[in-house]
Amino acid sequence: MESINQVLSPETTGTEGAEASLVRSDLQVRSPFPAPAWWENWGKQARGGGGKQGGGTMMSQTKGNPWFISGFLLAIFLLAWHFSTLQPAFDPKELTENQLQVMEFNGDIVRTPDGSYTWNPEKEKVKGIPGPLAVLEKARTELAEAFVIKGTNDHGIAYLVFYTVSRFAGGFLAASIIAVMLGVLLGLNRVLFRAINPYIQILKPISPLAWMPLLLYTVKDPKWTAILVVFMAALWPTLATTAFGVSSLRKEYLHVAAIVQLSWFKRLFKVILPAAAPTIVNGLRISFGSALVAVVPAEMLLGELGVGYLSWIEWNNLDIAGVIFAILVVGVVGVILDSGFNKLAGLVTYQE
Amino acid sequence: MSFLQIDHVTKYFPSPSGDGQVCIFRDATIEIEKGEFVTVIGHSGCGKSTLLNIIAGLETPSEGGVILNGREASGPGLDRMVVFQNFALMPWMTVFENIALAVRSAYPEWSRDQITAHVRKYIALVGLKGAEDKRPVALSGGMKQRVGLARAFSIEPKVLLLDEPFAQIDALTRGVIQEELIQMWNTSRNTVFMVTHDVDEAILLSDRILLMTNGPEAWIAEMVHVTIPRPRSRETVIEHPLYYKIRNHIIHFLVRHAKHGTSDGTSQGQPTDGAPVIVTFEQDALARH
Repeated sequence: MESINQVLSPETTGTEGAEASLVRSDLQVRSPFPAPAWWENWGKQARGGGGKQGGGTMMSQTKGNPWFISGFLLAIFLLAWHFSTLQPAFDPKELTENQLQVMEFNGDIVRTPDGSYTWNPEKEKVKGIPGPLAVLEKARTELAEAFVIKGTNDHGIAYLVFYTVSRFAGGFLAASIIAVMLGVLLGLNRVLFRAINPYIQILKPISPLAWMPLLLYTVKDPKWTAILVVFMAALWPTLATTAFGVSSLRKEYLHVAAIVQLSWFKRLFKVILPAAAPTIVNGLRISFGSALVAVVPAEMLLGELGVGYLSWIEWNNLDIAGVIFAILVVGVVGVILDSGFNKLAGLVTYQE
Repeated sequence: MSFLQIDHVTKYFPSPSGDGQVCIFRDATIEIEKGEFVTVIGHSGCGKSTLLNIIAGLETPSEGGVILNGREASGPGLDRMVVFQNFALMPWMTVFENIALAVRSAYPEWSRDQITAHVRKYIALVGLKGAEDKRPVALSGGMKQRVGLARAFSIEPKVLLLDEPFAQIDALTRGVIQEELIQMWNTSRNTVFMVTHDVDEAILLSDRILLMTNGPEAWIAEMVHVTIPRPRSRETVIEHPLYYKIRNHIIHFLVRHAKHGTSDGTSQGQPTDGAPVIVTFEQDALARH
């Protein structure tokens, strides 16, 4: 459900206009069902503290409550999903006794206590796409056992989320620290920047998953390989944008720093890093997204416990409702991490 | 020896086509006494801001040098503070922090309380009391430059360098801040070197006005003494009989003759000694005619 909502949120529609019109429509229209604050604020911080108005001309002035529209679209989607996946009840009228016996032998149908037949509920699971109610049922059972460890590879969903988040956080933080340090170094030294930039340009477009066999062979440990894949995914965007941001700092800031004779250390932490912070945060945001995308297939391929693994193991179990549940969990985890990131980003960016 | 000497400063930039160099200005020689207010006027591109940056130590001269108080001034320092055209306030710092950044560096031995008191004093001086914790984005252009002036005056520099300080401020506010600058300067009496293209501003504020020819290969062609007595205010200065004499002279130079080099248009090049023509309007002379 969350992933569907995200599609409709202003952050993913991405245009300045969408946001502005959302804000403005909220000012003009007092709906009897006001949207909750978190809904309105969703993604507002995506461009560093938000608050940038204007540019609303791109989108037509829409009156109405976004909350209402979101709910409406979701309801339509769920109903369409539900009815398109309904299976008709088993009807033995057209079939001979012989055919019924074959079908029962194959396990397609089972005999009920009252002597008639129904579809085999076990086979039902893999027949077509499960409906929303089946997914809901799956979610309920999974969430009820969220903190249960049943076996080596069967941990509750809460553990899986924790593994994925910590794996993601480890790779992302390590990559961010190294990328920002290296980026500042390159941004301050034009010659070095021009010398290293070709390598960055070659390495940047390589899919982080392409590194996996080499990394696995080198570190010989799938746990660390998964973290390194996330690391590789998160490194390049931050590195490139940090170097760019630092190298294109407004000269006056450096002039002021030079006149008031700031030490090298103070110049870096009081002027250069804060001045480049909005650009660096933009790089981090791109890295964040690509690391989040990389962590799921890394878990699938390496068989490391996590939400990506959950999706794959449910596929191996041919439990499609489980696969859909896993997809939704990935979406929810992404949204939570992303909003946490935006909160942090809002602290360090400034408005000109 | 003068307090601040700009000694035969010449600046070349690499030419845009990539081969060779372009001379921005040649043989700029200015002597400024302690406590004097000197202004350079010229068209855009004559290199006047570059000259100011050279004095500030933010750019290096291709030839010549700057001598402050008997010592060569190379590289930026706290003794030569710049007020920038686009304010150069750090947008991530509050008004207080912006000024404190400079004060802390200028007086490293001061305690936290001393610094706070000093910064607050200068914020009050520019009339921004109550705006200490605002960030530049919340300030108007005029308020931003008040912070810039407070920052510059707060470190009590030997030389104050004003780089078109009021160019980005609306005309009405500009006049107010000009008078505030006069007030502050009357108490501090720093040596000031200003760059502008506003003739009224130059006459109101300056002791001497240097006129630069058009670039490239610009030079300082004339030096006009502003003989209108101080204290001046925007209201009274335009009443003075010499005001329009000086103003017309400068505007004639800028409009008609900046290309040729002198206001009568006779000179066809820079004099070999590099010395500008000195123009002085005397009140007595005016009375005699």
